[in-house]
Amino acid sequence: MTEETLLSIENLKVHFPLKTRGFSAPKSFVHAVDGIDLKIAKGKTFGIVGESGSGKTTTALAVMRLVPITSGAITLGDQRLDRLEGEELRRARRHMQIIFQDPYSSLNPRVRAGAIVREPMDLMDVGEKSEREDLVAELFRQVGLRPEQQALFPHQFSGGQRQRIGVARALASQPDLVVCDEPVSALDVAIQAQIINLLRKLQAELGLTYLFISHDLGVVQYICDDIAVMYLGKIVEMGDRISLFKEPLHPYTWALLSAVPSADPALRDRADRIRLQGDPPSPIDPPPGCGFASRCPFSQALCTMEAPQLRTIRTGHSVACHFVSDDGVPPQRKI
Amino acid sequence: MAEPLLEIKDLRVEFDTRDGVATVIDGLDISLYPGEILGIVGESGCGKSMTALSIMRLVPVPPGRIAKGTIRLDGEDLLQVSEKRMRGVRGNAISMIFQEPMTSLNPVFSVGDQIAETILLHEGGSKRAAWQRAVEMLDAVGIPVPEVRAREYPHQMSGGMRQRVMIAMALACQPRVLIADEPTTALDVTVQAQIFDLLKDLQKKTGAVIVLITHDMGAIAEMAQRVVVMYAGRKVEDGPVDEILTNPKHPYTTGLIGCVPHLSADPSEERVPLTDIPGVVPPMTRLGQGCPFAPRCSEAMDKCRLEMPTQSVVGEDHRVSCWLIENDGP
Ligand SMILES: Nc1ncnc2c1ncn2[C@@H]1O[C@H](COP(=O)(O)OP(=O)(O)OP(=O)(O)O)[C@@H](O)[C@H]1O
Ligand SMILES: Nc1ncnc2c1ncn2[C@@H]1O[C@H](COP(=O)(O)OP(=O)(O)OP(=O)(O)O)[C@@H](O)[C@H]1O
Ligand code: SF4
Ligand SMILES: [Mg+2]
Ligand SMILES: [Mg+2]
Repeated sequence: MTEETLLSIENLKVHFPLKTRGFSAPKSFVHAVDGIDLKIAKGKTFGIVGESGSGKTTTALAVMRLVPITSGAITLGDQRLDRLEGEELRRARRHMQIIFQDPYSSLNPRVRAGAIVREPMDLMDVGEKSEREDLVAELFRQVGLRPEQQALFPHQFSGGQRQRIGVARALASQPDLVVCDEPVSALDVAIQAQIINLLRKLQAELGLTYLFISHDLGVVQYICDDIAVMYLGKIVEMGDRISLFKEPLHPYTWALLSAVPSADPALRDRADRIRLQGDPPSPIDPPPGCGFASRCPFSQALCTMEAPQLRTIRTGHSVACHFVSDDGVPPQRKI
Repeated sequence: MAEPLLEIKDLRVEFDTRDGVATVIDGLDISLYPGEILGIVGESGCGKSMTALSIMRLVPVPPGRIAKGTIRLDGEDLLQVSEKRMRGVRGNAISMIFQEPMTSLNPVFSVGDQIAETILLHEGGSKRAAWQRAVEMLDAVGIPVPEVRAREYPHQMSGGMRQRVMIAMALACQPRVLIADEPTTALDVTVQAQIFDLLKDLQKKTGAVIVLITHDMGAIAEMAQRVVVMYAGRKVEDGPVDEILTNPKHPYTTGLIGCVPHLSADPSEERVPLTDIPGVVPPMTRLGQGCPFAPRCSEAMDKCRLEMPTQSVVGEDHRVSCWLIENDGP
């Protein structure tokens, strides 16, 4: 691949200390993100999927420098984000912006929509002061809101319109990378489609790069070019959208795909669908070995002793499972 | 076709609001047949939960009221019976599980006690026997080591476990109708799949009719035999699931199916824009004379804006309310 890499994450760990009583140092840690590597090409959409608590949001917040990074490197363009502090960090922020899940709580209810969108421009010195009014008007147009709606307060908008304001605000600083953390999960399906179409249109027009987090596999398959599947703080499989969904390799990915209720009878009636038992284990001081071993129908003794490493099976498709063969035969096909 | 077990006819539910009267359900007809799972889909606010609450006669009065209609269970109109009789119906003949199990479980009692309490309340008998039944119910919904888990409190359980407890409680008195209002929205998809399997399994074993309320067409396809599509408090289309999915007649149903990117086992390189249903649902206080979908409908004609469409039969057990369909009669 000759694509230019915009964001690269190397061996990122984010461990949260558990609060302890007394003065002793914390002994236990939540391994929210436990050593992940990924690269996002400029102008592409990179998706992260996975169970609740698998570390998707924490990864996003680490990229945004909104949680303390335990170790690892995050590089945006040619800048090591993880090393920036103070004024340098503040200046770097205009290159990365985030859209949150909840359009209701992420907008200040007492500020008019126009001012909400303008604020990042003033904070980060985007363009000339005299131009900003026009820039805001242009953003409103781009996200499909009318100019006079700048004067309204957030509660005067519908959920979908509020999310449009969130998108406009994220674009105000003319970022290279836009992190979208479940940007459509709180919206009704019809409104979801409007926002997804909007995000794709803006990407085509402005050359944006997205880090897109969602638990909805249909949405991820549609919007993302490359996808990482996370489980218990680790990436268990990563691939381009065609290869990953056509030939999923990791048993967890397979279980996830099997679990999605489907309107397509061909998918629904597949005999090799698997069902997981139980819930994911706790990320507090996780055991050695494969994080999925406790729920994996194919797990063997080796799985609980040794953590499988992410290996490349074919171009653009890698997996972390002991029992996927080097030529890409997953355990679920062998039985 | 067999006689319906439960039959809603011409239901209207109104709420008093600052903007006037909101008719949140109007002219709703739904029949439930023995042995089936019926799905109800539609956007947020279209009246799915209110339909469920009407069946349970739990619409909050005031500001709400059931203004019109009948809901017959085995011929008996539940809207006419005394509150005392209704208490005997709720949790017995008809029971319901809600979206967020935490709000309907009592945090200070063990889950076993709560299920046993329900059994005692409805069936009497000894405390010991009720506890025993509670443990059996927990076992039936797939909770491992049920005699131990029965002593746990709701906060000690995961979301999926709590939803299983809710199902156990709802099924404790062998209801004939089980209403599940978005029972998996708060859960991960792998856990949702477990709950869906459990519901299907229990449906087969107990023969209870299940009403599954959801906004996910995939879930409907997976679970239900028939589906009712609602928009702004009205039924716009209903029929067999496979028929509705492959041959939707109402523009709203078509939009609802087309606006969701469905997961495919063989995705194509090319990605066509998703169907856009422009605009939003109108406020319930400002519904005009005509079809409530008209302002968002790309096919709307003058007639649509003026007159409420009548129901047409378009196939076996398939009905649509839309002026695009010529009203041929059954
Ligand atoms: N500030 C924090 N302190 C301690 N633990 C945290 C903190 N933030 C997140 N965690 C824990 O880290 C883990 C990963 O959380 P994260 O929010 O990244 O998951 P997620 O994949 O985004 O899940 P979801 O799908 O539910 O949004 C979880 O176990 C969570 O409880
Ligand atoms: N107390 C109330 N006063 C006025 N209107 C109400 C009240 N409670 C509910 N409504 C209205 O009744 C309508 C139907 O609500 P209902 O809860 O049945 O929707 P729903 O289809 O279950 O939506 P969701 O998918 O969000 O759960 C909504 O438009 C709602 O605003
Ligand atoms: S490494 Fe073992 S436990 Fe982990 S996914 Fe592969 S087979 Fe399952
Ligand atoms: Mg998250
Ligand atoms: Mg509801």
